[in-house]
Parts: sequence; C-alpha cells; structure tokens
Amino acid sequence: MIDFVHPALLFILGALPIPFLKGSIRKAYLMLIPALAILAVLTVQPGSYGAAEFIGQEILIAKVDRLSIVFATVFTIMALIGMVYALHLTRAGEHVAAFVYVGSALGVVFAGDYLTLFLFWEGMAFASAYLVFAQRGKQAIRAGFRYLMVHITGGVALLGGVILHGLATGSLLFGPIEGGMGVAAYLILAGFMLNAAVPPLNAWLTDAYPEATVTGAVFMSAFTTKTAVYVLARAFPGTELLVWLGTAMALYGVIYAVLENDCRRLLAYHIVSQVGYMVAGVGIGTEMAVNGASSHAFAHILYKALLFMGAGAVIHVTGRRKLTELGGLYRTMPLTVALYMVGAFAISAFPFFSGFVTKSMVVAAAGQDHRALVVLALTMASSGTFLHTGLKLPYYMFFGMDRKLEAREPPPNMLVAMGMAAVLCIAIGVFPQPLYALLPHPVDFEPYTGVHITESLGILMFTALGFVLFLRALDPENTISIDTDWFYRKGARHFMWLAEKPLARYEKAVSDVSETAVLPFLHGTARAGLRIDLNGVDAVVNGVARSILRGGGALRKLQTGVVTHYALAMIVGVIAAIAVFAVVWR
Amino acid sequence: MIRRVVDFFGEARYAEQRRRLFYLALVLIVIADFLVPREHAEYLWDRLPGWSAVYGFLSCVLLIFVSKFLGHQGGLMRREDYYD
Repeated sequence: MIDFVHPALLFILGALPIPFLKGSIRKAYLMLIPALAILAVLTVQPGSYGAAEFIGQEILIAKVDRLSIVFATVFTIMALIGMVYALHLTRAGEHVAAFVYVGSALGVVFAGDYLTLFLFWEGMAFASAYLVFAQRGKQAIRAGFRYLMVHITGGVALLGGVILHGLATGSLLFGPIEGGMGVAAYLILAGFMLNAAVPPLNAWLTDAYPEATVTGAVFMSAFTTKTAVYVLARAFPGTELLVWLGTAMALYGVIYAVLENDCRRLLAYHIVSQVGYMVAGVGIGTEMAVNGASSHAFAHILYKALLFMGAGAVIHVTGRRKLTELGGLYRTMPLTVALYMVGAFAISAFPFFSGFVTKSMVVAAAGQDHRALVVLALTMASSGTFLHTGLKLPYYMFFGMDRKLEAREPPPNMLVAMGMAAVLCIAIGVFPQPLYALLPHPVDFEPYTGVHITESLGILMFTALGFVLFLRALDPENTISIDTDWFYRKGARHFMWLAEKPLARYEKAVSDVSETAVLPFLHGTARAGLRIDLNGVDAVVNGVARSILRGGGALRKLQTGVVTHYALAMIVGVIAAIAVFAVVWR
Repeated sequence: MIRRVVDFFGEARYAEQRRRLFYLALVLIVIADFLVPREHAEYLWDRLPGWSAVYGFLSCVLLIFVSKFLGHQGGLMRREDYYD
C-alpha cells in the first residue's frame, strides 16, 4: 500500500503519453489524470514524505499540512476544469505544457525544502511561458520572451536568497523565515513577490496573460500568483511590509482596470487587485487573516478562471479582444453572459456567491487587527472590482452598442467547464462550511449577518449607481497603459542606444589605431607567412578553415540581435554557473 | 429562462422597467441598512446606517475620475503603437 502519491508526479509523468494518444482516448485521459489527482489530494494524510540527501543538504520532496492541502485541493479541481475547457484543442503541445505547469505548481505547494521548491518554481515559469508562445504571432512571441526573462530574473533572486539563507542557517528546509530580515530573506521575498505580481513587480502578468492562448490564459490566471500567495503564507506571515503592499496592490489593479481596453488585460489587472487582498491577509498574519487569504485564494481561482473562460469564449468566437470592437453579443451568447455574470458576482462578493464568504474574512481580519485604513482601502477596491468586472466589462462586451458581430455560443466543452466553475462559485457562497473546515486554522467567522449583507449590497449597488450616472466617462478608449514593463520595454532601447552610440564610437577609435599602425605590420608578416604557407601548410589549413567556416555559420545563426535573447542567454548562464558552483563547492 | 433574463438586461424596450427596479432596489437596501441590528460597532462608520451606500458611491466616482485623470493628464494612456 502506497501511503502517498505525489499529485505533481501524476501530472508531470502523466504528460508524457499525451502526444501519443488520439481522439476520444486522449480526451478521456486528459480528464482522468486530474480526477486521480483530486482523489490523491483528498486522501492525503498530513506528514513528511520523500526525505533524502542531495549535495550534503536535507531534501524533503513533500511536506503535507493543512495549508498545502487547501491549495492542492483547489489546484487539482482547477486542473480538471481547465482541461475540460481545453478539450477541443487538437495539438498536444498545450495540453502537455498545462500538465507540466499544474504539476510544477503542486510540486511547489508540497515542497518541503527550498531546492525542491526552486526546481518546481522554474518548471512553472517555463511550462507557462509555452502557453504564451503557443498563441504564435509576433506580439505573443515577444510577450513570451519578456515573461520568461522576468520570471528567470525572479528565479535568480530567489536562488540567491536560498543559497544565502542556507549558508546562514545551515538548513534548506522550507518554513517560516525566523530571526530578522536579512539580505537572504529580502531576496527570497522579492522572488516570491514577483510571482505574486506585487507592484512594481507586477507588469509581467498584465503583459503576458492577455497574449496567451484562450485556453492557456485560464490556467495561467489560476496557478502562478496563487502558488506565490501560498509560499508567502508559509514563509512570511505577519510581515508588515506585505500589509501595505497588498493594500496598495488592491487599489493599483483597480485603477489600471479603468483605463484598460483589452478584455483579458482588464481581468488580469483584477488578478493583481484580488491577490492584493491575499497578500495583505498574509501580511496581517493572524489566524483569521491567513484563513482569509487561503480561502480567498481558493474562491479566487474558481471565479477568476470562470471570468477568463467567459472572455476567452468571446475571443474564440469573434476573434476580437478590444472592448471598443465588441458589443451586443447578449443576443447570440446568452449562456456565456449568464455564466460570466456568476463569476462577476462572485469576484464582487455579492451575498450567496463565493467572494462574499472569503473576501470579507480578510477585511474582517484587518478590522479585528485595528487597521482602519486597510479596511477602508480594501472596501474601496471591492467597489472598483464590481465596477469593472461586474459592470464595465459585461456592458461593453455583451451589451452596449450592437456591433452586429457574427457570433454563437462556444463549443460545448467550454460551456461545461464554465458551468462547473459557476456551480462551485455559488456552492461555496451558499455553503461555506466545507471550505471553512478545510482552512489551516479553526474558523470563528459568520459571513451571513444582517449588517454584512446590507453593507455589501449598499457598497455594490451604489457603485452601480455611480456607473449608471457616469457611464460616458467609462467609455473604453483605444489606448494602452504604461506600467512598470516600460522599464524593460523602452528602457532596453535606451540601453541599446548606449551600446550603439558611445560604445560604437569607442570601438571606431580603437579600429582607427589598428588600421594606421597595426595593419601595415600585419601585412608584412602576412606576406612572409604566405610564402611559407604556400609551400606545405596549405593542405592542412584548408581543411581546418573549412570546418571553422561551417562552425562560424552555425554561430552566426545564434546571433539574433534581439536583446531579450541575449538577456535570456546570460541569465541561463548565471543559473548554470551558480548550479556548478553549488555542486563543486559542496 | 436564462435567455429571457439576459434579454431583460439587454433589450431597449425594458429600459424603463429596469430603471424602476434598480431605484427600488437602492431604496430597499438603504431602508434595510437602517433596520438591521448593529451589535459589534467597532469603527465610527459601523454605527452609521447608510454609510456603505455613501462610501460605495463615492469610491466608484473617485476611482473613475482619479484613474482617468492619471490616464490622460498623468500620461499613463498611450497610443496602441507606443511600444512598436
């Protein structure tokens, strides 16, 4: 009897046969593995599994406790829903990438030590990047490279922090960072915050998610930021900095969402906003706050995936993604509208929808911790959440001006997946107890009080009044918004200017010197050499030269002149160097 | 059933009904907020019935205009070919 089947293994090894399966066998298989993983997580017992030694360090492949079970449960459920949504795809690549991505996320959630965590962390970055590349087209490829570049940089910061932490404490076991916040702790925190999309490290998310494939974005919306919330909750509960960053983040996402014209980018900004609640909850760090953060992550994964599936269905059917080009779809896609709205009510925390029973726990925890400002800011952000995902987006996408688009409901598998998520959004809202029972700490919180219901409805419906009165001010505009990705999108160009102008001038000066002084000397020696050369070395040299020429040709193909490629190569080199260093030095 | 609900929110001929229903809901919510028992009033605003309606409305207006101000005057919004 095996007492522990690692769900990460199920997904990662389970990805291998996918390309060899065809038709309905593949479809059945794609749903079987997530179903098995759900079973594995439901039956798992808390404990430590897979302890070993590696380069003189303790390794713990899986450490199972209540916190990891909450995240693993929703991850496996989400994997099943995401797979159903993607069943109609014929190419195997995206399915394989999604499996590896989910598996890596589960690997992080169960990782008992930093090396295992880092390995799966990078696995997540590469697998998810494929979901962007799979969209093809220049825009997506570029966004994919930027996504990869940012995540690998974050990975390097994390690895640096892990090594310093290991040197200082002598242990790489993953747990709450104890003692003061040193360089090591800050590097690890930075690596985690980058994946949680905490501003100013947030732009990779809103840059890449809208460029991913319709089905890929659904997976991406669920896993990367929420594994980051998990590791933050594990390592940094009660870090004051996170309270303020989380609160700022909740408002940051909402403000940008007002300006956004791309439907999935608007939703991506709301991931930033919603993860802000979780980060703030982790920062407050009380039992109730950590409960709130984990339950909100649980609910968030389901309703955000539902929203991304709804917007994805519109893109799948119409091929359009800008609000300025959409409108009037409610006639042809009523089911999509209804399912999307369930997600919108859930994210806005309407009573009897999932957000109501989870988001309020974070806000209440902030209140209990006597943080009035945080309570007010988070309440304001929930007004903004309803304003955009519940009113602006559906109004301009489904209602609003009728653009006479040819549309129909999406394929049945997409509708079924949305239906599954919608049922869960409502079920959690109506029966919160099973979710509360799953949380890491005992729950002493009753969401359904009279005051809470009337207050929430007051906030939300009067937000709607503001929307109705100022509708014209919200009309989407054909623009893009500058976020912190400006620094590596425009900033990289300034760097290239530096490389081209001053450095090029310096190079020219050097070559001038060599032309006037060094060349004549070289010519002389060359002539002498020629004489020796012609008389015997020739045959050998010709052979060597030809092979060098071939090698040079191959090298030239590697030089693409794209700055992200060079940066990527450098970062890969740095990781390799650190890995070699770690092994040799041990 | 779903189609009829969705149509109710979309079709222009229901506009007047929608508006009446909406304002009725607003009034009912404010009245309900005055009637519910308030035991654990920790902050000043917990004791004020109707506070959430005012705060929700002000938040919404503030978010719209601050964001649009940042977008237009603050230079956050750019032409779509800005990065090309």
